[in-house]
Amino acid sequence: MDLSIAAILAQDGITTGAIYALLALALVLVFSVTRVIFIPQGEFVSYGALTLAALQTQKFPLTSWMLVAMGVCTFVVETAGVLRHSERRKLAGRLVPTLAGKYLVFPIAAFFVVRALAPMNLPMLVQIALTMLLVVPMGPMLYRLAYQPLAEASTLLLLIVSVGVHFALTGLGLVMFGAEGSRTQAFSDANFNIGSVMVSGQSLWVLGVSVVMILALYFYFDRSLSGKALRATAVNRLGARLVGIGTVQAGRLAFTLAAVLGVLCGILIAPITTIYYESGFLIGLKGFVGAIIGGLVSYPVAALGAILVGLLESYSSFWASAYKEVIVFTLILPVLLWLSLTSKHVEEDEE
Amino acid sequence: MKNKYFLIFLVVLAVLPVLPAPVRLPEYWVTLLNYIGLYSIVAIGLVLLTGVAGMTSFGQAAFVGLGAYATAYLTTAYGASPWLGLIVGVIITAAAALVIGAITMRLSGHFLPLGTIAWGLALYYLFGNLEFLGKYDGLNDIPTISLFGKELASGRQMYYLIWIVVVLAVVSVKNLLDSRPGRAIRALKGGGVMAEAMGVNTAWMKVVVFVYAAVLAAISGWLYAHLQRAVNPTPFNLNHGIEYLFMAVVGGVSHVWGAVLGAAILTVLKDYLQNILPMLLGANGNFETIVFGVLLVLLLQYARDGVWPFFGKIFPARRVAKAPEQADPLGHRAKPAVGEVVLTLDKARKEFGGLVAVNDVSFQVKAGEIVGLIGPNGAGKSTTFNLVTGVLQATRGEISFLGERIDRLPSREIVKRGIGRTFQHVRLMPQMSVLENVAIGAYLRDKNGLRRRPQGGVWSSVLRLDRQEEAMLLYEAKRQIERVGLGAHMYDEAGSLALGQQRILEIARALACDPTLLLLDEPAAGLRYKEKQALADLLKKLKDEGMSVLLVEHDMDFVMNLTDHLVVMEFGTKIAEGLPEDVQKNPAVLEAYLGGVE
Repeated sequence: MDLSIAAILAQDGITTGAIYALLALALVLVFSVTRVIFIPQGEFVSYGALTLAALQTQKFPLTSWMLVAMGVCTFVVETAGVLRHSERRKLAGRLVPTLAGKYLVFPIAAFFVVRALAPMNLPMLVQIALTMLLVVPMGPMLYRLAYQPLAEASTLLLLIVSVGVHFALTGLGLVMFGAEGSRTQAFSDANFNIGSVMVSGQSLWVLGVSVVMILALYFYFDRSLSGKALRATAVNRLGARLVGIGTVQAGRLAFTLAAVLGVLCGILIAPITTIYYESGFLIGLKGFVGAIIGGLVSYPVAALGAILVGLLESYSSFWASAYKEVIVFTLILPVLLWLSLTSKHVEEDEE
Repeated sequence: MKNKYFLIFLVVLAVLPVLPAPVRLPEYWVTLLNYIGLYSIVAIGLVLLTGVAGMTSFGQAAFVGLGAYATAYLTTAYGASPWLGLIVGVIITAAAALVIGAITMRLSGHFLPLGTIAWGLALYYLFGNLEFLGKYDGLNDIPTISLFGKELASGRQMYYLIWIVVVLAVVSVKNLLDSRPGRAIRALKGGGVMAEAMGVNTAWMKVVVFVYAAVLAAISGWLYAHLQRAVNPTPFNLNHGIEYLFMAVVGGVSHVWGAVLGAAILTVLKDYLQNILPMLLGANGNFETIVFGVLLVLLLQYARDGVWPFFGKIFPARRVAKAPEQADPLGHRAKPAVGEVVLTLDKARKEFGGLVAVNDVSFQVKAGEIVGLIGPNGAGKSTTFNLVTGVLQATRGEISFLGERIDRLPSREIVKRGIGRTFQHVRLMPQMSVLENVAIGAYLRDKNGLRRRPQGGVWSSVLRLDRQEEAMLLYEAKRQIERVGLGAHMYDEAGSLALGQQRILEIARALACDPTLLLLDEPAAGLRYKEKQALADLLKKLKDEGMSVLLVEHDMDFVMNLTDHLVVMEFGTKIAEGLPEDVQKNPAVLEAYLGGVE
């Protein structure tokens, strides 16, 4: 391996690493706010990528149907909640129309907008916007349907729920997108020469968007009130509730952000590799390895860990490409050993 | 186990494949039953792991794969006997589980399942890429198992071997749980701190359970390889690992039979869905995962105990461990003579950052003496208590017990030396009976006194070789329960007792440790007047028998009438010490309790 190959591998590694980093941040965010280990994060990657791919081939993305279906389920669950609660039932006249607007009218409107626009040759930004419109609302709806009824359960139980959700979403992905993979158009065909190394425009896009997102998240958590509320919920759920922060809203917000980041990763990665309905899972898990390096608590360490995973993957695909997944996922063992040796944490009993 | 339902189950199992022609079980159902059996074995391990011990693994399929590939490789490449394949497979699996378990057990509960996800994925890709394991094509032409000279070539013949293993697995897990190490395992979920204080090495016990579940999976893999006569990586991927967990959860994760039920439900359902869903959707694929996923989430939301409780109702209630009428006594440790110094704190100090919670506190407890540690809220009493019991480590100073330093020891070593304790916030296993709760206290003991291998005993309890010892332990627990006056509640669930009785139960559990020194953290809190009197009488009786007691208490009357010696703390510092009547007149104490006169 000479220097130029090393540089190309490094570029690849950092590019995919940046995508893993975004996922790692989303995972840490969801875990710290809701204690949910969000295995289905990766499904948002494949849903985003494949929805965009459908739009680019002027097909009607079937995720629109799924959005409507999830909207209907959420509406039913929420309305049942209102009607069962004696206090809230008095307000039903006001609450139910709001719910209908959020969970019925909005998804159906999105459905028809997409159906009208899908056959047209749209500019890429509009395609991306439509993809976001279809997939991102699934995040909070998923929280409402699967997790919110179990919000106070143990981490372990929530993890099992996550795996169930992952199973269901992967199966639905197969129904909606079929077994064939897709790639999307690159954002940029430009190439730049820096010294002897060629840097692709696509890599620069990925890096740029990742850095912008990380900075945006930083400012959001550090400066905005709702970001601070999320942080407060992460530190102490009961305390947050006592000062008037709704933990349900916090959970919904965390899942919305996770969905945004997931879809964004899908959009960023789809021009680089072919995405299948189940690819998101492995991509998400690599984000996980990064997040675990950060102990599921530290944002910067998680991001650095994810970049490390990307680099490791890129170099191992050169040295021993068949064993690349083995190497990446075995990395978790020394990391866990290190965490185990350095943690002074006395296991207080959960449940 | 010895009930008629179990016998009927065994008879039905035995005659199913050999029924005569008109009602003969079709080959299809024999195959399905074989798979149900194979999956049950894995799911039983998961019930032990998840339902009982409160851990989870998504990587069981990888352990099944290890067991299958080990025997497949040895029998095809070297012509070895399948039985050698079994042994090697079990050893490799146990070693792998030991490593993964040892690495993750000290971390919070969710790192083990995450670790097993990564491990399951890595092993799948490893199987699929290794030349000598046939890459993704796998290995073919695996020989059959021969048992007593008979070749088990057909599914109908394998059926018996598979279901014998299932029944053995169920019985072994049931035996294990109904024993001394079993009680420690059942305390892992929600009672870790308590179990440590009773002498259980909880991290090691978790590893033992994890290895046990992995070995069951490996045995299932061995059977699978010789039933299929071929292996490839697909059945050992992560998705199957997740399905095993589904089986345990659907059946009922805290019931051993639930594993068999869950395996049956999911296997039949999957078979049905795989036929019907592709027809409905007009495409091929594993669409059953959608139904499984949604089903799992709904079950966890609405019926967390799975399906088994609905079936379990028709069976007699679970047999509760009964104490024998008579049994040999357990060994006792040698007790120091009355008046001898038992516990010494020498300038013990605990700092939390800049805060000095315990400021160079020194005092002694002598054998046959009741010492009270009192002081206003925030005085550092509980911190001092935690220093002695090993829950916290002293920043400086020495704590010694019978001449031996104990301030660097973990709590399970401290109890081994003869310090029994209770907790300020009661820590019991609410689902277990009073008797079993107290028996946890005797965890470290056997007929000679202290056990030489306290964390061992798993094998002898699986094989039921521990019955004599179990009788002695339960008899001792019964004796202590009667000693503290809870005899009427012996077989009640501990969670059903009133708070005051739960505190007394904790004292009985501490007594079952055969302590030299009894540490009681606010034993009278929440007790009614009569109960306090009974407690005081009990403590006086214990004292007369030579027991030393150190108690932290708020109730002044209780302390003044009971103790021989008082230590008063305020703001982390000892402000007075002496006889109760002298301490009562001490101006510093009066000021601390009643406020000074300016």
